[in-house]
Amino acid sequence: MAAVKQSNVSDEVAVEINNMNKWYGSFHVLRDIDLTVYQGERIVIAGPSGSGKSTLIRCINALEEHQKGSITVDGTILSNDLKNIDKIRSEVGMVFQHFNLFPHLTILENCTLAPIWVRKTPKKEAEEIAMHFLEKVKIPEQADKFPGQLSGGQQQRVAIARSLCMRPRIMLFDEPTSALDPEMISEVLDTMIELAEEGMTMLCVTHEMGFARKVANRVIFMDQGQIVEQNEPEEFFNNPQSERTKLFLSQILGH
Amino acid sequence: MVQEHFAFVRSDMLPEAPPPAAETGIVKWLRENLFSSTANGILTVVSVLVVYQIVTSAAPWFFNGVWDSPSLTACREILDGKTGGCFAVLSERWNQLLFGFKYPSELYWRPGLAFVLLFIAAAPLLFGNIFPRKMLIFTGLYPFIAFWLIWGGPVSTPIFALLGVLFGAFVYSKMVKTSAGIAVVVSFVAALVFWIVSGYLSGPFANVMALEAIPSRDMGGFMINLMLGVICVSLSIPLGILLALGRQSSMPIIKWICVVFIEFIRGVPLITLLFVANVVLAYFLPPGTNFDLILRVIIMITMFSSAYIAEVIRGGLAALPRGQYEAGDSLGLDYAQSMQLIILPQALKISIPGIVNVAVGLFKDTTLVSVISMFDIVGMIRGPILSSAEWNGVYWELFGFAVVLFFITCYGISQYSQWLERQLQTEHR
Repeated sequence: MAAVKQSNVSDEVAVEINNMNKWYGSFHVLRDIDLTVYQGERIVIAGPSGSGKSTLIRCINALEEHQKGSITVDGTILSNDLKNIDKIRSEVGMVFQHFNLFPHLTILENCTLAPIWVRKTPKKEAEEIAMHFLEKVKIPEQADKFPGQLSGGQQQRVAIARSLCMRPRIMLFDEPTSALDPEMISEVLDTMIELAEEGMTMLCVTHEMGFARKVANRVIFMDQGQIVEQNEPEEFFNNPQSERTKLFLSQILGH
Repeated sequence: MVQEHFAFVRSDMLPEAPPPAAETGIVKWLRENLFSSTANGILTVVSVLVVYQIVTSAAPWFFNGVWDSPSLTACREILDGKTGGCFAVLSERWNQLLFGFKYPSELYWRPGLAFVLLFIAAAPLLFGNIFPRKMLIFTGLYPFIAFWLIWGGPVSTPIFALLGVLFGAFVYSKMVKTSAGIAVVVSFVAALVFWIVSGYLSGPFANVMALEAIPSRDMGGFMINLMLGVICVSLSIPLGILLALGRQSSMPIIKWICVVFIEFIRGVPLITLLFVANVVLAYFLPPGTNFDLILRVIIMITMFSSAYIAEVIRGGLAALPRGQYEAGDSLGLDYAQSMQLIILPQALKISIPGIVNVAVGLFKDTTLVSVISMFDIVGMIRGPILSSAEWNGVYWELFGFAVVLFFITCYGISQYSQWLERQLQTEHR
């Protein structure tokens, strides 16, 4: 645990968001978001549902379009240019709430698909990389099964391995444990902690406050499409400043 | 005090046990399935009687059937008042039923060979996990071979056609990096130009390995139904996929073209389109052009069924969760890749029953060409055979034969599709 905290955050900027705004029709989902993420940082984004936290990280890899302001990922400005978008997406891994594995492909094929087609890695090499990461998430023995035959926790670990196979510089987690049975949450969190220990830049939308305390070096609290408060986890949990944050924490940690 | 009785700790977990032995026995089965109640028992008895009645009245018709006789009158004499079918019409007119009445009989081997080769060409497509992928090369060549065998003519025609396709593919592969849309158009034009130019150059080859040319109007019988069925199904599936994707496109012009096409075609009866193909199309073509009738019919049936297949596939696309698109996007796959590798394999799997439905319907609808004076199997039966002096009045045997042919083919397609669905089942294997 201590080891995680100490890992060094570099001065290199991974994601820079300036004055970003997004609307769904006339509904203002994200308002004036300013956020700088440094390489190696682990950020947990918390907030009530509908606060725009998922939308925020989905803007970072252009799954959602933003209408105003700018997002720079790894030095590339996110614009409507498809080439830029594809480049950014191949650098940014994403893990979804509902895993979104490809049900018609085996676990191994799920992991090798993008490296083979996007990175043009030879099949054999891609399979070696895939097995390496499947071992890392501790399910190499499931490589030839189909996603439907795995438990939720195993599927989510495969989804993490699938993203890692693209050797991303940044990982986005969109409520990775919300769809899991309580018994399986910890196996996924363990995998994520391990990843954090290796210095991966991570942005996690999650309600797992224990994970936030243990791993994050910054916690961001969002409400109504804006960043309400951000701080180091110790300060954030022990000494929240805004009333909204206090209310949220009392509700989420209340029982 | 009471609570002590609730306290319980399991010391060993129960092992998995087999289910109770299946209750067997023929009597038990009968009682459960056929005579479970009075009403059920009565229905069973009545059904048995009906089946008995049908079988006893149909059996003599089959078993007394006459297979060898030159005409209906001769057949009736042989039967001498007994009940019996005159199946002799099938054996006597066998070739006409299969090939039509104008196809030269000494050349029957050519469509026959094309039919046999069809199975070799289709095998790797239909049973991709059993046959080697290299066989797909033959599948690619098959259309040209089959064309040459059935229509005949110099071998240069299908070869130039094939080269045109290859040339178009080559142009496409060179251009696809700049823009896929432009590449499609340019490669299509390139192939067209190649064909036109090769048309002028083919003169010297007119006698090289020339098979006797058979014009389309000389073809007939079940051969036409099979040809139209196979060609139109294999053309309309890819076209249907393109239309379904086009209808989903974010580019308004492409989307509109696809929507208008699909909605228009679905709003028009097939038979109207066939009449258009037969008569009206001729007015629009420059005078003197002889646009092959079979080709016109193929275009119409393909357009018709591709509109239906497009809608079936659209249903499959809509059934996929958005997460599948997003997962593909988030891994950096481009549109073509995520369609080809993620979306279509799943959407097509969902659409199999619907596609097969359209394919079976299309195959049976090929008999509609008989109303535009093409002599397919129904056209042959209604026209040359029933109106001949020898066989005037043999309805049951002839139409029964057509029914059997279609049933065998369609039932085979249906069984194949169910097998395919089981093969692609990945959830609980």
